[in-house]
Amino acid sequence: MATDVISESGGKSEFWQGVRLSMPVVVASAPFAVLFGALAVDQGFSVFEAFLMSALVFGGASQMVGIQLFGQHVAPWLIVLSIFAVNFRHVLYSAGIGRRIAHWPVIQQALGYFILTDPQYAVAEARAQSGQTVGFAWYLGLGLPVYLFWITESALGAVFGKLIPDTHALGIDFLLPIYFLGLVMGFRKRPLWLPVVIASGCASIIAYKTVGSPWHVSIGAVAGVLLAVILPPHHSGVGEQP
Amino acid sequence: MSTTFWIIIAGAIATYLTRIGGHLVISRFENIHPRVEAGLNAVPAAVLTTLVAPELLNAGPAEWAALVVTAVVSLRGGLMAMFLAGAAVLILARQFIG
Repeated sequence: MATDVISESGGKSEFWQGVRLSMPVVVASAPFAVLFGALAVDQGFSVFEAFLMSALVFGGASQMVGIQLFGQHVAPWLIVLSIFAVNFRHVLYSAGIGRRIAHWPVIQQALGYFILTDPQYAVAEARAQSGQTVGFAWYLGLGLPVYLFWITESALGAVFGKLIPDTHALGIDFLLPIYFLGLVMGFRKRPLWLPVVIASGCASIIAYKTVGSPWHVSIGAVAGVLLAVILPPHHSGVGEQP
Repeated sequence: MSTTFWIIIAGAIATYLTRIGGHLVISRFENIHPRVEAGLNAVPAAVLTTLVAPELLNAGPAEWAALVVTAVVSLRGGLMAMFLAGAAVLILARQFIG
C-alpha cells in the first residue's frame, strides 16, 4: 500500500471513489444473489454450501449453471466443466486488464484477478481508457462491496428459500431456464449470435433426445462454437471490432 | 467432505483459472487468430442456449408463455426486467393452467 500512497495522492479517497462506483452494481446484482441462494437450496444445496459457492466462485451465471446441473444429478466433473465454460469469457477480460494492473505487487494482482467480474472489468477498463491509473485501492473499492453484498445476500436467499413450501406454484423450478434465456438474449448484439444459438439449440435438443442428459450441454456448446470458428472471419466481424 | 463441497472447490479453481489465465497465457501472444477469437466470442451464448433448448421439450403452455414473454421483453428491457416479466407470467399461468 505504501507505493499507492506515494503515487496516487491518498489511497483512502481512491478507495471511496471506487466504492461510489460500485453502488449501481451492488443494487443490480442483489436480486440475483438472493435468487441464487433460494434456488440453490431448492436444488439440494445446504445454506452453507450456497454461501460457500458465492464466496469462492463469485460468478452469477456460472453459479446458476452449477446448481441447475447439480439438481439434474449430472456427473461432478461435467458440472465443473460447465462452470469453466460459462466463465471462459473472463480469459478475455484478464488479458485486457493485465496491462492496466501490471504495476501492482503480485499478491495484489492475484487478489485483483479473483474479483474480476463482468462489471469490474467494464468499469476498470473504462477508467484506464480515460487516461487514469487503475490503482489497487480504487479497484478494491469498486470490487469489495459487490463481493460482500453478493455473499451475504446469497446466504439470506438460501435461508429464505428453505421457508418456501410450494416451489411449483411459485414457479421456482422453472426460473433458471427463464434466467438463462435472459442471458442468451443479452448477448444478441454479438456477431454470429443467431447462427450460434440455432446451432447450439438444435444440437443440444438432438443430443438430449439421443445421447441423453448431461451430454446435451457439451455437444450443443461445441456445435455453436465450431460454427463460429468455421464460418469465414468476415461473418464473425471480429476484424471490424474497435 | 461431501461431493457438493468438492464440486464447489473445483468450480472455484476453474473460475479463478479463467480470471488469471488470460493474463498469463493470452497476453503473451501479439495477435489472437480471428477464428479463435470468433470461437471465444461464441462460448457464452452457445453454453447458455444448451441449458434452455431441451427445457422446451418438457415445457407446457405456462412455461412456453413465460419464455415467449421473456424473449419479447428482452428486446427493450434489461436482464432484471425480462426475468421479472417471465417469472410473473409463469406464476400467473400456473395458477390457471396448472
